Amino acid sequence: MKVERRVISVIVQNEHSVLSRITGLFAARGYNIETLTVAPIPESGMSRLTIETRGNVRVIEQIIKQLHKLIPTYKVIEHEEMIEKEMVMMKFPINESLSNIQALCEAYNGGIANVSSQHIITMIADEPKRVRHFIEAAQRFHPIEIVRGGVVAMERE
Amino acid sequence: MEMTGAQMVIEAMKLEGVDTVFGYPGGAIMNVYDEIYKQKEFRHILTRHEQAAVHAADGYARATGKVGVAFVTSGPGFTNAVTGLATAYMDSVPIVVVSGQVPISLIGTDAFQEIDATGISRSCTKHNFLVRSAKELPRILKEAFYLAASGRPGPVHVDIPKDVTAETAKFDYPARIDIPTYRPTTKGNLRQIKKAAEVICKAKRPVFYLGGGIVHSNSAELVRELVAETKIPAVETLMARGVLEHDNPLLLGMVGMHGSYQANMAMSEADLMIALGPRFDDRVTGKVSEFGKHAKIIHVDIDPSSIGKLVDVDYPIVGDLKEVLEVMIPKVKECVDPDRYQAWRDILKRYNEIHPLAYEDSDKVIKPQWVIERVGQVLGDKAVISTDVGQHQMWTAQFYPFSFPRQFVTSGGLGTMGFGFPAAVGVKRACPDKISVNFTGDGSILMNIQELVTAVESRLPVINIVLNNHYLGMVRQWQTFFYEKRYAETDLSFQPDFVRLAEACGGIGYRVETKEEFDEALNDAIEKGVVAMIDVIVDREENVLPMVPSGGTLYNMLLEYKD
Ligand SMILES: Cc1ncc(C[n+]2csc(CCOP(=O)(O)OP(=O)(O)O)c2C)c(N)n1
Repeated sequence: MKVERRVISVIVQNEHSVLSRITGLFAARGYNIETLTVAPIPESGMSRLTIETRGNVRVIEQIIKQLHKLIPTYKVIEHEEMIEKEMVMMKFPINESLSNIQALCEAYNGGIANVSSQHIITMIADEPKRVRHFIEAAQRFHPIEIVRGGVVAMERE
Repeated sequence: MEMTGAQMVIEAMKLEGVDTVFGYPGGAIMNVYDEIYKQKEFRHILTRHEQAAVHAADGYARATGKVGVAFVTSGPGFTNAVTGLATAYMDSVPIVVVSGQVPISLIGTDAFQEIDATGISRSCTKHNFLVRSAKELPRILKEAFYLAASGRPGPVHVDIPKDVTAETAKFDYPARIDIPTYRPTTKGNLRQIKKAAEVICKAKRPVFYLGGGIVHSNSAELVRELVAETKIPAVETLMARGVLEHDNPLLLGMVGMHGSYQANMAMSEADLMIALGPRFDDRVTGKVSEFGKHAKIIHVDIDPSSIGKLVDVDYPIVGDLKEVLEVMIPKVKECVDPDRYQAWRDILKRYNEIHPLAYEDSDKVIKPQWVIERVGQVLGDKAVISTDVGQHQMWTAQFYPFSFPRQFVTSGGLGTMGFGFPAAVGVKRACPDKISVNFTGDGSILMNIQELVTAVESRLPVINIVLNNHYLGMVRQWQTFFYEKRYAETDLSFQPDFVRLAEACGGIGYRVETKEEFDEALNDAIEKGVVAMIDVIVDREENVLPMVPSGGTLYNMLLEYKD
């Protein structure tokens, strides 16, 4: 069976150790987590997790059912097509070309976040595929550090 | 009403109608035990090991369908209980285990007898709670009982820090519970049910694949009706033994690794499998890609994650079996013609004539299967039968004449040696009018032998029948078949004197080497009604057959073993 990438959003009750229930489920059943983001949903008592995972159809189906089965899970949102974004921060040495770096970041919905005597820090936010392109393209400016934020996603409708 | 957390625990038991708690005290749960001392609502049974307390609660729950309850202390008390939780989890048994925990202020400091109990139990419970304040305790206890018993049942663990049991708060026990994130689907999809009824009526070689879900949902009566109306043959999993009466001509026997020839052949040749509450365990399916290769599959289960987990299902129906069957039966009745399956029934009958489930009896040595049949003849439906794990367990499943659901109490999913005796103690407490029998092995019985003391002290007579082959028999059998008889650490020739062991604890022991001695011992044990241990010396080298080697296909059974 073909292995595919899938982004799943899970809305859970904010309660003690709910995150460990989810990561524990993935660990115990041998599912993949490529990226994971979590934050509370304002004024709801709920949190939203976005999990980027991989597996064949049967595995993906099981992941969704097993997530549903967890008692604090309110909703599992999963579509083949979601609007996805990921944020990336990158640190470059100060001797690289600031204007070239800035132009590159702007092409990926970003810009310069900070410049110090030593470093340039940039930030972009774009679709996962474009994030990969950005990281490739940025290599020629010799980045010192890369921080990826993990995918967040929303249903189109 | 204001009360302490410890008092709340007692009150909740009262409101949940708990009549028995199995447990073992210790520092972190002493406040609760102090309240147990003062109350008269329920009986506390002091097991001699926390694992046994949980198995006893489990046995109680399996025998009745009611939620079983166990109390343990923090740290080692809790870790001892983990095997019990895992056993109940694998077989979807509703129990609530309450553990003490170090005071909240000490959590995370590696305090004396502190262990991350909810961290450990997370993967072997349906749900668990670490209680943060007495205020939330009533709601949590209510939820614990509700979660354990509803939907797909399972164990729930409630971890209560010692200061929470001392703290006072208002006791507001919710009458009803609504967890917005937890709403199991109980009503099956009507269109799917109709479609399922149609395919049943159109099939040529259908077979019912009956699983433990029937027992949990108390729908054996309906299943019996459906089988009778359609005259479609049925196989039972280990967990479904007793759903159909043993002498029902449509019952093909147990399916799977040690299933009967006709049952496994029926599964292999069927064109329709009607799966009612099984979970397609690998001990049943054998090699998954060959399982039900020619069959369309209808699968009814309350747990959506059970459906399509291992085998693709053509007609999935998520719902409570009882509710689904209530709708399905009239629909099937409308279209079914039982004669349609006559040719199929004839084929299966012939399979059974060629290779019936049987053993070769002997007058030189007692055969373990004979013992089980004998007990069946003597006690039949007057007994509830528990087992440990191994050959004796499989022989019991094959040869005991079960006649009602919940008559057979065994650890299926986890296969826990040491389960049988404490479970049988719980069974006796739950069903005082039944005779509680535990078929066990000379290996397994030693894994919770201390419960002799519990059973004697609590006046809960259990008849332990040790099918003593001086081996870890099931492992020995695999070594015989697949490891060229290299009997690594399975020879149990050195053993205790089981008779004196029983007597040392206040029970009664028998050593039996002939059929006559067995009859005498069994009758004596029944008559005396005390805790008994019948040590039956059986044929050492007997094997459980038929056998589908692990990962093999159901239609390739080892039917005999020749040296
Ligand atoms: C706690 C535990 N440890 C190990 C096993 C593996 N195991 C399965 S069957 C078996 C042998 C059981 O021997 P005995 O109780 O004498 O029963 P017999 O097979 O001889 O009937 C063992 C060791 C197990 N199921 N449970």
